[in-house]
Amino acid sequence: MNEILGHFNYLIVVLLMMMGLYVVIASPNLIKKLIGLSLFQASVFILFITFGKVSGGGPPILSQQLTAYSNPLPHVLILTAIVVGVATTAVGLALIVRVYEAYGTTDEDEIDAMDNADDKPVV
Amino acid sequence: MRDLFAVIMLFGIFSFIAALLFLDMDAVDVAFTEAAVGAGVTTVLMLSALRLTQRYENVSHRHAGMALVVVTLTGAALIYGTLDFPSLGDPNAPVHEHVAPEYLQQTPEKIGVPNVVTAVLASFRGYDTLGETVVIFSAGIVVMLLLGLGRAEDFEQQEDILILWVVVKPMVALILVFALYVQFHGDFGAGGGFQAGVIFASGFILYSLVYGENHTRKVLPARWLPRLAALGVLLYAGTGMFSFFKGQVFLDYNALADSPVSGQHLGILLVEAGVGLTVFSTVLLIFYAFSGRRAVVHE
Amino acid sequence: MELSAHLPALIVIIPLLAAPLCVLFDHPRAAWFISLLSAMFCFFAAIGMMQMLLNVDALSYPMGGWLAPLGIELRIDTLGLLLLLILSASASVILFFALHSVEHEIDRRQQPMFYAALMLVLAGLIGITVTGDAFNIFVFLEISSLATYALISMGRDRRALNASFQYLIMGTIGATFILIGIGFMYVMTGTLNIQDLAQRLPEVSDTKAIKAAFAFVTVGLGLKAAMFPLHWWLPNAYAHSPSVVSAFLAATATKVAVYVLIRFLLSLYGVQYSLGALPFDKLLMFLGAVGVLAGSLVAVFQNNIKRILAYSSIAQIGYILLAIGLASQPGITAALLHLFNHALIKGTLFLALGAVSFSMASVRLTELSGFGKAMPLTMAAFVIGGLSLIGVPGTTGFISKWYLVTALLEASLWPLALLVLAASVLALVYIGRVIEVAYYRPLAPERQHKQVPLTMHAGLWVLALSNLYFGFNTELSVGLSSLAVNQLIGFAP
Repeated sequence: MNEILGHFNYLIVVLLMMMGLYVVIASPNLIKKLIGLSLFQASVFILFITFGKVSGGGPPILSQQLTAYSNPLPHVLILTAIVVGVATTAVGLALIVRVYEAYGTTDEDEIDAMDNADDKPVV
Repeated sequence: MRDLFAVIMLFGIFSFIAALLFLDMDAVDVAFTEAAVGAGVTTVLMLSALRLTQRYENVSHRHAGMALVVVTLTGAALIYGTLDFPSLGDPNAPVHEHVAPEYLQQTPEKIGVPNVVTAVLASFRGYDTLGETVVIFSAGIVVMLLLGLGRAEDFEQQEDILILWVVVKPMVALILVFALYVQFHGDFGAGGGFQAGVIFASGFILYSLVYGENHTRKVLPARWLPRLAALGVLLYAGTGMFSFFKGQVFLDYNALADSPVSGQHLGILLVEAGVGLTVFSTVLLIFYAFSGRRAVVHE
Repeated sequence: MELSAHLPALIVIIPLLAAPLCVLFDHPRAAWFISLLSAMFCFFAAIGMMQMLLNVDALSYPMGGWLAPLGIELRIDTLGLLLLLILSASASVILFFALHSVEHEIDRRQQPMFYAALMLVLAGLIGITVTGDAFNIFVFLEISSLATYALISMGRDRRALNASFQYLIMGTIGATFILIGIGFMYVMTGTLNIQDLAQRLPEVSDTKAIKAAFAFVTVGLGLKAAMFPLHWWLPNAYAHSPSVVSAFLAATATKVAVYVLIRFLLSLYGVQYSLGALPFDKLLMFLGAVGVLAGSLVAVFQNNIKRILAYSSIAQIGYILLAIGLASQPGITAALLHLFNHALIKGTLFLALGAVSFSMASVRLTELSGFGKAMPLTMAAFVIGGLSLIGVPGTTGFISKWYLVTALLEASLWPLALLVLAASVLALVYIGRVIEVAYYRPLAPERQHKQVPLTMHAGLWVLALSNLYFGFNTELSVGLSSLAVNQLIGFAP
């Protein structure tokens, strides 16, 4: 029973990841896709952080009151990953804005239709 | 759900809850960053982008089949993988052996700061953090290439937000001071360059949202921002290169001062300053790019 | 410590610093010059390290003075060196070419940023190649990817924007998968250093977590390397980006993704595990073969020459993956050889196309009738590249195909060897179409064309001639590849 409880959190995180991934693939709206991507990434971060937790430990800031600490390495990695994620999101949003200005829509299906219709380059 | 505004708000709430989760897992620095970056900056940027595009999603004619297949396969693979994982919080898990106890031991001896995450981030794995700073810088460049810096719009002063007017001005001052506190106190508590940079930028962004961009763009002209971001990166890498001249390897802070520990302190201070500068400039730059785009496009 | 000891760090730091410098100076020519100098520095640094590698197995450099696995170490072995030579040489030559090409295709105010982005891609790719830390690979992968999204989107066609966004979505999913894989490996071993992981993985290699990690990393890398069936982003990205960008990406980005794949498969997991215990070798060969066939076939029917070359690239990557799947000494040697040679081949072809685009303002076969007569020098270079792509003796392409076919025959895989030859015939067809339009149709007199500047010709011809040079003198390419393979497979965990 302990095993199942100990692994329960992983199951939840995987569910979150899959929801994010589903939105990315299934949604034709570009902004929603990007949000799904962020959701997917954020869930991966949650997964990593759960690795680092030590029962009975505290935040890895050395102090007299604590004897055990949670693992600092996943924190460092995820800090970096969060920043990378937001950088990607910002770039994605900028691209979406430009796409909207050029095509008049943020719907992927409509954009594909326009691309196939006019095969001539449009500036 | 077709109203993207609502979707973005929900995402913001999700980020905030994730931050709380991180807090519960003892990941204080990460929680701080997720709250500032995920719930804060990302939500603002998404809303800005939404304002420049369309708010409602079109009715979808797609079939969900393919997506479901991919997702089910991936999810199954993930769950399969996690079956072997150690249980949550197990102190004997492999992750807690080997490198992690080393960090906890060596930080007080070799580096002398209480916040181990800052020590690992800025010193032990400082090269990764340099890469991360460059990632932020790259994002700034990319957004500039795509959207330019925009111009302030004519701002209509709305009178029914009087309470915001009154409250926000002193808040902005507090926010800026708090950002400085976070920057310099990051060695001792949660915090550091990233969080500080974001919070400092948030002060400017908050002001712009309530009072319009004219003032903020005058105080800190947008054209300066890419150069400030570049300077931040150069500061970080420059600190690393300084060690060359003393005959040590790149980013070895021991060479920066008379004693290795003071060298580490100085090195961490400098690189975190570089990070803070780049993060602040880039976040503000990206905000200006989005918020100033309307004025540019409609001319 | 003298300068040479710091080369592993400098080869990353110099292009990394060039980017903010380009932004600070904010002047197009200055930015170009800074970029060119950085790329050339990297090239000389690579040569310098090649000298140093004659005596040792690998060069190791602890960043920040902290030894691995506590800190991040840079580790350059023969395989890494091979990649560094490809990256820095391609970058230098393409930058030469870029002076006029960029001025022609990119808005003047944006040029300094363009060069900054280019330097960021280079720094990112070099960073991936020299590092010995798995998470560090992820960080630098994202640096190069972000800058790539910008570069692709700067094409003049609005479809460049959509192409870039699709690549962003697919690329980020790929990167996140790689992160998941690294995470799983970390959970089971507690370390991120590649050498360290290689030592610790065998104890846990039977666990489900490691198998899942393997799957996620390879799928993620497959996305980045345009492995079939995850190749969707490539044709649009190559077709709609500026000429310099297509050339640069074709010569470098996918190569580095394949490099990371090789690094994971062979250095980290070890050849017995990844290509022996799991049936992954068969899968690789299958996907590679399909990629070869599908890519070559689709290329035949394209009207836009850039698309022909893009689909051809998918086929070439298929060759490389097929060769890796052989899991044998000659097989992997062939794969590495083709990494090297293909960079030269596609670099030449895309640069020639860039010159065509500059001069005749189009790359569509229907609009370019007779252009071989208007641009004799450029088309001659294209022909050389084309012959190399087909695999005519005397060119680098021939060397690659020879090694690949002999490796296949040694493994008694006759059908696949025939497939490779069939694909060469297809290459003959699609290159032949271009040549036919170039030389055997009348030149449309109303078509305006500009003179191609000297710098473009210089860059183009350096690449074209190296196709011939390395086709005859294979000492460097074959030598390095064989040495690298020995290090990789001889590395028994």
